[in-house]
Amino acid sequence: MPLFIDRRLNPRDKNFGNRQRFLRRARERVKEAVDRVVRERGIADAGKGAAVSIPAGGIDEPQFHHSDTTGDRRRPLPGNKTFVAGDLIDKPEGGGGEGRGKQASDSGEAEDPFVFALTADEFLDILFEDLELPDLVKASLKDTTSKEPRRAGYSNDGVTPNLNVLRTMRFSLSRRLALRRPTEAKVKLLADEVEKLQALQADCLLDAKGQQRLRDAVEEMQGLKKLQRAIPYIDPVDLRYNRFEPKPTPRAKAVMFCLMDVSGSMGEREKDLAKRFFILLHLFLRRKYDRVDLVFIRHTHEAKEVDEQEFFYSRESGGTIVSAALTKMLEVLRARYSVADWNVYCAQASDGDNSSSDTARCINMLASEILPLCQYYAYIEILDEHDGFSEEAGKELWRGYRLLKPKAANFAMKHVARRADIYPVFRELFAKQPAKGAAK
Amino acid sequence: MSEIMSSPDRPAAAPPRRPLFETADWDFDTMQRVFDEIERIALDELKLDVYPNQIEIISAEQMLDAYCSIGMPLMYGHWSFGKKFVHHEKLYRYGYQALAYEIVINSNPCISYYMEENTMAMQTLVLAHAAFGHNHFYKNNYLFKQWTDPDGVLDYLDFAKKYVAECEERHGAAAVEETIDAAHALMNQSVFRYKRRSRMKMSEVERRERERRAHEERAFSDLWRTVPHPPGKPAPPMTEKEAAERKRKLNLPEENILYFIEKHSPTLREWQRELLRIVRNISQYFYPQRQTKLMNEGCATFVHYHIVNRLYDKGLIPEGALLEILHSHSDVTFQPGYDDARYSGVNPYALGFAMMQDIERVCVAPTAEDREWLPEIAGNGDWLSTLKDVWANYRDESFVRQFLSPHLMRKFKFFALEDKADEPQYRVEAIHNEDGYRALRGAVAESYDLSEIMPDIQVVDVDLLGDRCLILRHNMRHGVRLGGKSRDKVLAHVRKLWGYGVRMQEFDVERGTIRDEVGVS
Repeated sequence: MPLFIDRRLNPRDKNFGNRQRFLRRARERVKEAVDRVVRERGIADAGKGAAVSIPAGGIDEPQFHHSDTTGDRRRPLPGNKTFVAGDLIDKPEGGGGEGRGKQASDSGEAEDPFVFALTADEFLDILFEDLELPDLVKASLKDTTSKEPRRAGYSNDGVTPNLNVLRTMRFSLSRRLALRRPTEAKVKLLADEVEKLQALQADCLLDAKGQQRLRDAVEEMQGLKKLQRAIPYIDPVDLRYNRFEPKPTPRAKAVMFCLMDVSGSMGEREKDLAKRFFILLHLFLRRKYDRVDLVFIRHTHEAKEVDEQEFFYSRESGGTIVSAALTKMLEVLRARYSVADWNVYCAQASDGDNSSSDTARCINMLASEILPLCQYYAYIEILDEHDGFSEEAGKELWRGYRLLKPKAANFAMKHVARRADIYPVFRELFAKQPAKGAAK
Repeated sequence: MSEIMSSPDRPAAAPPRRPLFETADWDFDTMQRVFDEIERIALDELKLDVYPNQIEIISAEQMLDAYCSIGMPLMYGHWSFGKKFVHHEKLYRYGYQALAYEIVINSNPCISYYMEENTMAMQTLVLAHAAFGHNHFYKNNYLFKQWTDPDGVLDYLDFAKKYVAECEERHGAAAVEETIDAAHALMNQSVFRYKRRSRMKMSEVERRERERRAHEERAFSDLWRTVPHPPGKPAPPMTEKEAAERKRKLNLPEENILYFIEKHSPTLREWQRELLRIVRNISQYFYPQRQTKLMNEGCATFVHYHIVNRLYDKGLIPEGALLEILHSHSDVTFQPGYDDARYSGVNPYALGFAMMQDIERVCVAPTAEDREWLPEIAGNGDWLSTLKDVWANYRDESFVRQFLSPHLMRKFKFFALEDKADEPQYRVEAIHNEDGYRALRGAVAESYDLSEIMPDIQVVDVDLLGDRCLILRHNMRHGVRLGGKSRDKVLAHVRKLWGYGVRMQEFDVERGTIRDEVGVS
């Protein structure tokens, strides 16, 4: 008598601990790989999990083994077709045994990179590690949008409360028609006739023809009843249930404008910091909105709407006129995103250079036109890594925007020199959240 | 409502000889009934001798978990298992690799895991395969009897898991990890192969471990008598006789490296020694499995094939189920040729099953050739006893050497290549013809000989009066040396465990000379 045990409900993730150990061990490598992925990826995809490839060093498990390139050995192989004893066969290029597809590298000592998939959570954990997000925020960022069941057609099975009576009856009817199931009315008609004839017979008023008719009618009625029993009124195949599918709850749409100064003074480091900032904002928005559109506007002395690739990777030289970007943004906003339907977020990254006459224009535009339309406007000024922070340390644009800050609640500005500085920009945003209620 | 609920009439109780199941879905009742019928055939007809079965149903994710802890239900925590998990999970998710239908553990009771995704037909197949085929093999093969303790293995693993966790708490995860990393690197060189040691009673280990500690604290070790001599000053000369005496005391040479280090390392702490013991005990436990892969799978495949055919003959499984089973069976026993893209070595299911069937054929209907090549069994008529004798008393290498018939060599179209590293070409040494059978059989047998496949590495000496350097020797055969990069990494691990320098000699057994020596000081 064997013992049957159902283990399926046992706690899962038995290997979770080991997986964490492994990630910890490979942490540095994984971080490099994640950084690489972030650089290569679009903002909108950054929050997903990723397959990362890390070199095997540090996580390899060395063992003594024979080297394939020394000594003599015999290899028995199946599937001979044409060889006879004594045949000579050229060795394949680059060593390795015949037919051993797996051992492309000689001696098996090459360090193949170890490729594996990080879950979205693990990915974000590592991505945010240097951003110093508090756990609460991390959790809320990872939080998937809530799902609501929505009608999605019909299915053949389900629970009784979901039974769709109309559909079920329709199938039942068509089946009964197709199989010629006698209707209740027909049987009733016949039964009435039988009853009438029987009443007549009881009074001995029935002639021979009537007798015959009675026998036929009884027989017919029995036949019909038998048929009715054989063909059920409702068969399991008729049953149809309403099907529900979890769908994300509908929420308002948001558009996120990314504005960046791309004049010569913005280097790789500056752009990388800006990108992380944009990613974070995008993740935050995606958590709140079903649909987040991204608009990339870069500017030198003139502004252009570009795709993401160009936004981060192409270089352009020229002076710096920030108001050009703001004008462009307004133009796109008016053309494509009606403020009634869209929540508007704007993130601007710059090294702070601008001409002083233009700064005044910017402030004007922001205060009078842009900020009233925006949910939130974030400005980050990217400093040199060694620059100290102080409110006064900023460049032209910073000094100008400072005047704006007290007046506008939805305006935030921060200095950023390292990754760790990025988060505080968000603190304000999160702090404001209950009051502002992002979704309209 | 009653009309809706009424369903077509079903026959009350299945009359005997009706199939045990009709649909693909399984449930525990059906499993039980199928198990009982399988058991009837296995015990009454095949006269198998098995441990009581414990049958566990698991999900795909749990199967992945089981993969990564080398198939055991419990295992101590280590990052390398996480690495395996991550790796297998990726292969599985991307569809490069299907999961096993079952895993079976050499324990008493014999625990086997079955995937919930299996259809009832597949459950029938794997029940016969694992719960009877493998189970019989574990219980009866001499290697398992001699070297493993199926009664105590789960207790031991439980002890190991707790012990490692406790060590991590007390000494820090990093220190424990470092020791286990090093022990894992030496795992393959840490089994007793030839000596017959008293069977390990794993359940008693904990008590013994305390006793041993107390004993060793009192005991005298030759190592402690010496101090490392200062560098630059030559060690005092030692006579041949003294050296021989010292080696005798240390039981040198020693093939089980972890055992030697555990007993004699001058620097290891007691808990580290216990960790080494755990790793080498687990290695020892799996050593029989590595020597009997071909036979074990051959036996289990033969058993399931016999049983499902009998079930079908008795009318207990429907035709559709038999076809599904046979489809899966022939997938498993498929042997692609060496030049096929799917080729990855000789398939143990294919060759093992073919050899078992061949033995049956030779016993019952031998040809003249069989009488010449397998005179001991040809025509004896009793294939069942013959097979059971084979299952009990051989390992892969001796099994092939004894029973691989010319008939099968032709069927598999085996040929042997001579591969000399310094020549630009392979030479076909033998093929499946009259001149080649003997050499071919030898070549196939050798390819299952662990002492050929695994590097033979032994501890040969410790320079006690000098710098306490540990000397390992690789006994090179046919000029095959160790892979350099990984050798150096493993030596670094040995260095950590031993605490002093380590030297490694490449010793050419055929010529009796040391070809090369590398060291980590």
